[in-house]
Amino acid sequence: MKPPTFDSLSVGDEIPSLKTPAVSRHTLALYCGASGDHNPIHVDLDFAKSSGLDDVIAHGMLSTGYLGRMLTNWVPQSAIKSWKNRFSAMTQIGDSVTCSGKIIEKFEDGGEKFIRLELQTNTECVQTIIAEAVVVLE
Amino acid sequence: MIDKNLIGYQFQAVTLTVEEGRLKFLAKALGETGEIYTNPDAAKAAGLPGLLAPPTFPFILEIDALDLVDFMELLGESLENLLHGEENFNYYAPIYAGDKITVSKVITDIIDKKEGALQFVKSDNTFTNQKGIVVAETHTNYVFRK
Repeated sequence: MKPPTFDSLSVGDEIPSLKTPAVSRHTLALYCGASGDHNPIHVDLDFAKSSGLDDVIAHGMLSTGYLGRMLTNWVPQSAIKSWKNRFSAMTQIGDSVTCSGKIIEKFEDGGEKFIRLELQTNTECVQTIIAEAVVVLE
Repeated sequence: MIDKNLIGYQFQAVTLTVEEGRLKFLAKALGETGEIYTNPDAAKAAGLPGLLAPPTFPFILEIDALDLVDFMELLGESLENLLHGEENFNYYAPIYAGDKITVSKVITDIIDKKEGALQFVKSDNTFTNQKGIVVAETHTNYVFRK
């Protein structure tokens, strides 16, 4: 796949979005093992209840991982220079995660061309991550 | 309350090998099917030294470098109260399977919010590969609820 060029993009453009299947307990078990984030709040219902929750909650970084997939589907990974993620709400079992992004700035610095993106993840009910990334393009 | 004297606390640096199997497992957990993330032969055919670690991988190294239970003990906090507030990345060079990455972590700030109902513990992490190249930096904000 050919990456987009700087000149072909405009502020306000949306990048191709990504929607995941519903997050299941199995999804969280896999991510617990693969990520090494063994916090039981994501996989142990008893622990989640003792923390005052009704059920286990998804790892915030699972949704960040999905956002990363959306980015690397769009540009080569080496184009990503920085990426800031703020977790604003919890993702619950059964939620599917929709990742989206739009261009908010084009700028040049030191002879290189950069695009600033506003990114977010949303479940059916709520925005779960607000993020910003800077990518370098030809 | 978390002891503010921990601001500036430098954790012991840890060197970790990036395992190919781990990258495959992570790709599976994220639903990533791209060949440079999942197929070592395809990654090599694409001119890479091995599987490419995905953009969130520095965070995975952060987790591996720091046992959460030990971290809670240091802070005098409990996991039940922990939420992930922010995770920010700066990228300087790729990470591949087989790399040896040294993770160094420092607590940069401890902030009370909402009259102590929330506390933020901020940390900076630096990732240096076996060639001495800083490949990434992350900034993590841990949130503790009361």
